[in-house]
Amino acid sequence: MTPALELDCRGQRCPLPIIELARRIGEVGVGEVVAVAATDVAARLDVQAWCRMRGQEYVGEEPAEDGVPRYLVRRLA
Amino acid sequence: MTNLTGGYLDTASSEPLHPAARETLLAALDQGYGDPRRLHGTGRSARLLLDNARAVVAECLGVRPAEVTFTASGTDAVHRGLLGLLAARSRVGRQSLVSAVEHSSVFHALRWAGVPLGTLPVDRTGRVDPMSAGARAEELPGPLAVAAVQHANHEVGTVQPVAEIAAALGEAPLFVDACASAGRLALPEGWSALAASAHKWGGPAGAGVLVVRKGVRWESPFPADDRGDERASGFENVPAALSAAAALQAVTAEADEVARRQHALIARVRETVAATIPDVEVVGAPEERLPHLVTFSCLYVDGEALVTELDRLGFGVASGSACTASTLTPSHVLEAMGALSHGNVRLSLRRDTTEEEVDRLLATLPGVVAELRSRVGMG
Repeated sequence: MTPALELDCRGQRCPLPIIELARRIGEVGVGEVVAVAATDVAARLDVQAWCRMRGQEYVGEEPAEDGVPRYLVRRLA
Repeated sequence: MTNLTGGYLDTASSEPLHPAARETLLAALDQGYGDPRRLHGTGRSARLLLDNARAVVAECLGVRPAEVTFTASGTDAVHRGLLGLLAARSRVGRQSLVSAVEHSSVFHALRWAGVPLGTLPVDRTGRVDPMSAGARAEELPGPLAVAAVQHANHEVGTVQPVAEIAAALGEAPLFVDACASAGRLALPEGWSALAASAHKWGGPAGAGVLVVRKGVRWESPFPADDRGDERASGFENVPAALSAAAALQAVTAEADEVARRQHALIARVRETVAATIPDVEVVGAPEERLPHLVTFSCLYVDGEALVTELDRLGFGVASGSACTASTLTPSHVLEAMGALSHGNVRLSLRRDTTEEEVDRLLATLPGVVAELRSRVGMG
């Protein structure tokens, strides 16, 4: 999937990837997808929890070219 | 007298020594040093103290004295209990099944034993569904050797339907880790062996309790020791055992009253936190839970910073956030429940935690969370 915006959160520790996601999701339109590439293992859990708490859609996970997981979030509101 | 423990809200890690335990410990240190196996007066005196401790613990837990073994810790009781059940089932099967939210000592013991490990998933409140547990046992590739389900969770407080799970799992022995609940809640039915930890109920650290029900097959997984109790090894810590028993007797006598008070205080924390802090997730079962414990997570907050800031303000709390763990991974309990893992705080009350203390914390928390969020531009 080609996201509208990709956030490079490699090397950032929790909760920084989630803060970056919250700050920048407004840069994409409603219905578009943001990818969060994060090496922090807590991000896998926290991106999903953030989506639930903030009413956004967690789309899933796919690896970036360097193998780092990218967590995909669709902006719903 | 100055209140030395005021603001300490981490009894799920360790409860302050109960006054009854302190008094007993001091007396027993002088009188219980002898070897309980020796036939001289000093030895007989130590034996008497140890047997007395065993009888008191058995009565408080509603089991037989012969079923009670004192161990070096709760973790030691978990290892011995679980691995002993497993060893006795070696000809039946090698498959194990444990809830996803067990204490790490359960996972470590089974990994050490090298048995295939199946997991019972939990719902968003941290509860195992007995029906799906039964279905999971039937799907296993081989016969189930042993299962482990805790009585109540040490991080989020959720109480498991142990008796129903035991019934659903059939014949396999069920090990129950009751370290978080013993002395607070009546023990469930349906288990074969159970572990408890004295310093979680106001006894001294370095004293655990293993209970193996009569008629249950148990074989020592460790080298034999020629002491009196085949389920333990090493010289018994007689003063600690007696002190643990005294504390358990004292907390059992007041358990209903303390639990009622604590349950109401935690209910107030659950409501107030959700109402006064934006973007917070209160975790765990709201009703079927330990009386004294609550966990919640705050979006955009660093758990380590939160614990440090609360400590500076006079509150000692725990956290399951990745940044507060030696491994830098989030708590496997929060993970299994799908709960937010950063900005996590666990509060667990003392038996004498006051309403004022809880109110002071509740008045302090929103400002602390807001300040930490504003530091990272999320205020």
